[in-house]
Amino acid sequence: MGIKEIQQEIIDEFSMFDDWMQRYEYMIELGKSLPLIDEKYKTEDNIIKGCQSKVWVHAELDEDKLVFTADSDAIITKGIIAILIRAFSNQKPQDIIAADTGFIDEIGLKEHLSPTRANGLLSMIKQMKLYAVAYQTQLS
Amino acid sequence: MFDVNTIRADFPILGRKVNGRPLVYFDNAATSQTPKQVIDAIVHYYSGYNANIHRGVHTLSQEATDKYEQAREKIKVHFNAAQSKEIIFTSGTTHGINLVANGYSSILKRGDEILVSAMEHHSNIVPWQMLAARTGAILKVIPMNTDGVLIMDEYEKLLSERTKLVFCNHVSNALGTINPIEEIIKKAHQVEAKVLIDGAQAAPHIKADLQALDVDFYTVSAHKMCGPTGIGILYGKEQWLNELPPYQGGGEMIAEVTFEKTTYADLPHKFEAGTPNICGGIAFGAALDYMNSIGFDDIATYENELLHYATQKLLGIEGLKIYGTAKHKTSVISFNIEGLHPYDIGTILDKLGIAVRTGHHCAQPIMDFYGIPGTVRASFAFYNMKTEIDTLVEGVRRAKDMLQ
Repeated sequence: MGIKEIQQEIIDEFSMFDDWMQRYEYMIELGKSLPLIDEKYKTEDNIIKGCQSKVWVHAELDEDKLVFTADSDAIITKGIIAILIRAFSNQKPQDIIAADTGFIDEIGLKEHLSPTRANGLLSMIKQMKLYAVAYQTQLS
Repeated sequence: MFDVNTIRADFPILGRKVNGRPLVYFDNAATSQTPKQVIDAIVHYYSGYNANIHRGVHTLSQEATDKYEQAREKIKVHFNAAQSKEIIFTSGTTHGINLVANGYSSILKRGDEILVSAMEHHSNIVPWQMLAARTGAILKVIPMNTDGVLIMDEYEKLLSERTKLVFCNHVSNALGTINPIEEIIKKAHQVEAKVLIDGAQAAPHIKADLQALDVDFYTVSAHKMCGPTGIGILYGKEQWLNELPPYQGGGEMIAEVTFEKTTYADLPHKFEAGTPNICGGIAFGAALDYMNSIGFDDIATYENELLHYATQKLLGIEGLKIYGTAKHKTSVISFNIEGLHPYDIGTILDKLGIAVRTGHHCAQPIMDFYGIPGTVRASFAFYNMKTEIDTLVEGVRRAKDMLQ
């Protein structure tokens, strides 16, 4: 599935929730089920700065696709990561670079997109795109 | 008569909703809310006599100058400084600390020692590190125990004839500890060291008597005590302020200027270069009037009641741990729940309309000391209510249920 289709799927899932409680409970569930990152990637280098909670993102190529693994010490942040990984992992770097992130707004998490928000959602997206740019250069 | 409902009516913001729920504002240690009396002072200034001060012959300028200087006088009286020229208007506590740290760059020598407490805000650590780097002076830390209380025996051991400056907050922003500054000042003076006390967190709760304390420098921010942001004061004893070189050059701070030489103005103007925050200074005065009309004794009694009520209620939550358990505390509770990240708790509380601070509170060394990433901090003001604390406790329970 392409990034756009996956994003639409996430939007559809979130549209079933009536209030913030349900949305957050779902995100917390997603956070808890996020596959563990290999401990060796939880390095200082992989930490995304600007987050109140710690966030580690690691990327590696699987043939022509980029696979992300990530972790955080805060569970809501982990939930956000899980959503981002679902949307962007296992995709071609060029598609990740070109991807729109408007779906975050549509699933009612717009408040987390503010640059002043300490969870660093924007920094996470930027970091994933930077990885994509770096690996794109490697591929071409 | 202290009546919280009457007081609350003075604060327009307390009537608003956040995420569909009545605002519960427990981030008072970060900034306090503003009563209409202070908002009115700001409106009156801009709608009635906005003008630059100290140089105009015209009426508006005279009125603005008078009000600004009256505010300085009010601040002098409030903190019992000996003279109003010892009150320097600053943009806030951080500015005041930097002014002193910068001044000592030309006074300190290699090998001189500077002591800072283990529970300082970054704003009272970084300027001294910079000062130490510039001068070759050595920065040493007064340790604290797990209650968040300074170990005074260790402090005494650190003091010597090499000690030139001692820096400590009156109240810790992250823990709420009220430090024994009388003793700290007295001991420092025995070795002829000078003491700067960061009063930012104390000023909303405790009326410091600067002459009785015999403190050398004391800093305050207006926005922690019902005033606007961007204004504060540095108090310094006249003799020490005269010794310090000016911090910034510009208008207002000069006596005479030629291209060969400038003579500086007398205190306090020597440290007040450029057009100051005139409105802010006047509003700071109005904030002090407001708080004094309620009375600091009544404020302290009431806030203590809130502190004890909240402490007991919160400790009823399983797995909740409070950081900062000193006997003498202001109304600040820093806590964590076992296995949960403070950021997660804060996010859920925000959804419930409850404003708390989460994170390291600009005091990373304290968090490192406890080995935690941060805490949730609820800080209470005299306009908060026990029912709001009930809402907080309920919110924390709810967050815990959701997150665990």
